[in-house]
Amino acid sequence: MYEVVVAINVGIFIILALSVNIITGYVGQPTLGHAAFFGIGAYASAILTGRYGVPFLLALPLSSLISGFIGTLLGLASLRVRDDFLAITTIGINFVVVAIFQYVPYFGASFGLSVCPAYIFGIKMNYIGYLYLTIFLILLIIFFLKKLERSWFGLAMGGIRNDEGAAASIGIDIKKYKIIAFILGTAIAGIAGCIYAHYMTFISSVDFAFLTSITILSMAMVGGSGTIRGPIIGAIFLGLAPEVFRFAMEYRMLIYGALLVLTMRFQPEGLLGERSYLWMTIKKLFRETKDIKEIESGAKDGNS
Amino acid sequence: MLLQQIINGIVVGSVYSLTAMGATLVYSILRILDISNAGAYALGAYIGLFSYIATSNLLLSFFIGMLAMGIWGILVQKFLYLPLLGKSPLISLITSIGLFIFLGDFIRLWAGPQMKAFPSDLKLPFSGIKTENLTIVGAWLLVLLITAVLLFTLWYLITKTKIGLAWRATAQDLEIAKAMGINVNVVVAFNFFLGYSFAASAGIMIGILYNYVSPTMGEVPAYKMLAIIVLGGLGNPVGAVVAAMLIGLIETLIGGYIGFFLPRDSIAFIAVILILLIKPQGLFVRKNISS
Repeated sequence: MYEVVVAINVGIFIILALSVNIITGYVGQPTLGHAAFFGIGAYASAILTGRYGVPFLLALPLSSLISGFIGTLLGLASLRVRDDFLAITTIGINFVVVAIFQYVPYFGASFGLSVCPAYIFGIKMNYIGYLYLTIFLILLIIFFLKKLERSWFGLAMGGIRNDEGAAASIGIDIKKYKIIAFILGTAIAGIAGCIYAHYMTFISSVDFAFLTSITILSMAMVGGSGTIRGPIIGAIFLGLAPEVFRFAMEYRMLIYGALLVLTMRFQPEGLLGERSYLWMTIKKLFRETKDIKEIESGAKDGNS
Repeated sequence: MLLQQIINGIVVGSVYSLTAMGATLVYSILRILDISNAGAYALGAYIGLFSYIATSNLLLSFFIGMLAMGIWGILVQKFLYLPLLGKSPLISLITSIGLFIFLGDFIRLWAGPQMKAFPSDLKLPFSGIKTENLTIVGAWLLVLLITAVLLFTLWYLITKTKIGLAWRATAQDLEIAKAMGINVNVVVAFNFFLGYSFAASAGIMIGILYNYVSPTMGEVPAYKMLAIIVLGGLGNPVGAVVAAMLIGLIETLIGGYIGFFLPRDSIAFIAVILILLIKPQGLFVRKNISS
């Protein structure tokens, strides 16, 4: 059971890391308040299912829509406020959203909200069910992102990340793509929030504080932002770190902080980023074995 | 009553301005949002407290705390920030957050998770002023005086000395300053020494003002100082002081008069979001934006 709980947690963080990666990795916009949208998804779903009797399967897309809608507003703001200013604005949004959850009675204020259990086709979800649902959604998102990366849309976003001015000069509609990236990223974070709320059965504002935003962004950056494998590996690596270091319970945050500093200092591209040491080694290994095979087959051809 | 609130606001604002000055100085040279500066703020407060317990001399413990954190700042820039220069700013941001988490936990393991307070017989150089409708505690006077002295020293260093000239040149353009024969490494080290020792002095002052230090005391300043340096136009020391005073006053006045359904700390961020949407470059734009 313990393994399943850890796996669901890591799975939710994989979804979150992939979603923040659309904004910071693909379009290169700094966002330090992603947990706010995770929280908006969670609270939306908790309120929709708990107070208005909306079924879980409908609440899932709805909470994603609500989160994405508020994300659109952030996207619009990002057109005006840039770079470091945008980073601070997103931190501010995170604080304000958490403060609203914590102080407005409609959102349960400091007591938090208890969430009713989810039913899919009349069957009550258990942990295994949540695990399958999370894995299914991760696969769906990866499939979608693969499509996205190969499309014009993906190329345009890469162009904006590398050089906004140059991208604009060859006729890429920067505004449109930036806003779409914000919508996609925040909507996917809303999905993660919805699953989190029902699986935890209780949410409070602390779960979505700035520290969570940092954790999500660190996962994408440590793994290697701008790729699909990076955020996944980062979420697994940093998500499992607290469990692996459970024997060193006292020193967990110390180790976590040190891991962040050391990875960023010595491997700024992320562990599996495009030009990282590990990724180059893996590529080289594959290429070498391929080369050797080619040489061998070539030699055979030559001999015969 | 209004006068009292304004004085409260100015005291809070002057501590904010010292807290934010460290990060502002770092930003002005390296364009890094340095959250780990708030780690130096907390660690400096602890070093100040322990040296006060050991020596029972307040000025000496200020000096020890500031010196220790200044040296820490030089080490941080040498081994962490300089090698990351020229990479995406998000990378140094994550590094500084990692360092901040590390320092907070280091303090917890070293000094224990509970709050600590300065001894109750703290020897302050002044007694307070108390009239019929105005109270100024001795600690407030101390805070105002130290802030004034430190800010004046900074102003003198930057505008009147040779290293200040080099600092201004480097802040305008690091590469060109290097090409002009300025020893940029010394300037950056000097800058971090000042920035981190300012953070330490702010931490000690907060420790005296609210009479506690704790491992998590750096968390709120970490975000608030970012809000202040942004409002101050990112890396403009004068702008940062004005922005800090403004936020101190807004918080105290709104908290004291109107009352607000959200906590005090979120007022600063609401103000920042609104101001940034209206003026996306902050209140005080640097004239010499190079990029």
